[in-house]
Amino acid sequence: MSAPTNIPPNAPVPAALPGNALRSLWREVMQPHRLVLIALALGIAVYAGMTMRWHWIPRYADLALQGFWRTLWLLALSCLLGFMLAVPLGLAQAAGPRFLAAPARAFCTVIRGTPLLLQLWLIYFGLGSLFPQFPWIRESELWPYLRQAWPYALLALTLSYAGYEGEVMRGAFRSVPHGQLEAGRAFGLSRFAILRRIWLPQALQRALPTLGGETVLQMKATPLVATITVIDIYAVASRVRQDTFIIYEPLLMLAVVYLMIAGLITLVFRLLERRYTRGMTA
Amino acid sequence: MLDWLYTLVPGLETTAGLLSLHPPGWGGNLLRGALASLQIAAGAFGMGLVLGTFGALGKLNGGPVTRDLLSVYTTVVRAVPELILILIIYYAGTDLLNQALRAMGQRPVEVSGVAAGIFVLGTVQGAYATEVLRGAIQAVDKGQIEAGRAYGMGPITLFRRVTFPSMLPLALPGLSNLWLIATKDTALLAIVGFSELTLETRQAAGSTRAFFTFFLAAGAIYLTMTLVSGRVFGWIEARYRRGEAGPTRGHP
Repeated sequence: MSAPTNIPPNAPVPAALPGNALRSLWREVMQPHRLVLIALALGIAVYAGMTMRWHWIPRYADLALQGFWRTLWLLALSCLLGFMLAVPLGLAQAAGPRFLAAPARAFCTVIRGTPLLLQLWLIYFGLGSLFPQFPWIRESELWPYLRQAWPYALLALTLSYAGYEGEVMRGAFRSVPHGQLEAGRAFGLSRFAILRRIWLPQALQRALPTLGGETVLQMKATPLVATITVIDIYAVASRVRQDTFIIYEPLLMLAVVYLMIAGLITLVFRLLERRYTRGMTA
Repeated sequence: MLDWLYTLVPGLETTAGLLSLHPPGWGGNLLRGALASLQIAAGAFGMGLVLGTFGALGKLNGGPVTRDLLSVYTTVVRAVPELILILIIYYAGTDLLNQALRAMGQRPVEVSGVAAGIFVLGTVQGAYATEVLRGAIQAVDKGQIEAGRAYGMGPITLFRRVTFPSMLPLALPGLSNLWLIATKDTALLAIVGFSELTLETRQAAGSTRAFFTFFLAAGAIYLTMTLVSGRVFGWIEARYRRGEAGPTRGHP
């Protein structure tokens, strides 16, 4: 599940004044055909609210909130940890010696070439059946955690994000002009300082639009963890369906929740992009 | 024949037995699942291409309402997890079909897994394909299209002879990516109980308790599929780009 990994050239971010942005949004909306469409959509939403069955919501509200929270932190944590793995993976492929580049490349190929569901089940069922055979694991401090499902879900999601983003970062590191690194060397910066002050920030700038899209894809992958008994928001909706035999309502609600999370991710990345491209000329 | 190998690597004989193509081995089931996965992926990819072509043309040449509806389609499908779309489309599709059949006085039918899978994944693929093809069509040199028009070509001839061949090399990387997504997304149908590769693997692993053996074997099958199709797409792209100059093609 990957968007094309080519990094688009940095699009200039307009220094939009709030008033201007609002006015252009107003002009976007105030077109006759759009008003009709919006009215139609509102009509359908109201009709659905009136005629469909929503009485289960109060009973499952607490559980749904917990599930929503679990989805969010699984997403945030796996993206954070995955990205921390992706930087060395990308760097190794872009500039590393062969004995580092080859395994990094193999890792990215395997992760990107197999379905996440399979990886998840391999980790959960495979490791989950392997661990109890070792007494020292069962006696270790970690065992109470390893008996739960979420560490396996987090591991699988993290590795998946690392694999896809390692590939993105490889392209981003490669796309930083060589002159920039040479200039850093001419200033007598150490290799680590060049990476921290010049190479990584510029690679990040170039990768940010792609990373935003990839994070939405990662969000779309989170409901898979419900198959290994992690109770995320999707699992709660499935339970409503099984308990009450109401099919469409929980699914529609779920779709709206995921749409909102996707909107939130897009917004966060737009803000990040604005922050990290502020030094660039248009 | 392989005895020397079995004595060299302990456990290999049991693995070979588990993966053998004939029962009690599960290799045959895995391969049948892989075939079903490929079938669905190919069907979904084809349907996605058709939807994507119409979607892209609609987005580029359609009226304001068509364009808005198409952006609702692409936005929603690309922001909602496939798993949920699969469930919604699967249930709603079966319901609507049966209601229509009942209205016509027919018996309700059970929708086949393959057809439902192709339809669902095809709808998802269509949204992504719309964006890929729209970008590629937009990148076609305007002068080429004007030249075609100056020769008196109708819109269909123009698309077939000018727009399509010149956008194809631009669209191929995106389409190859979509095909890879299609092969991997077939795994999601395991959750709605369709016997493709991932579900067959889980059943085999569950009944023999040899989780690593089967999941790794299935991983190898998926990886083979993606690597081989990557090669094929690379070859097609090279073929369609053969008339172009080196890396500095087109306008600066």
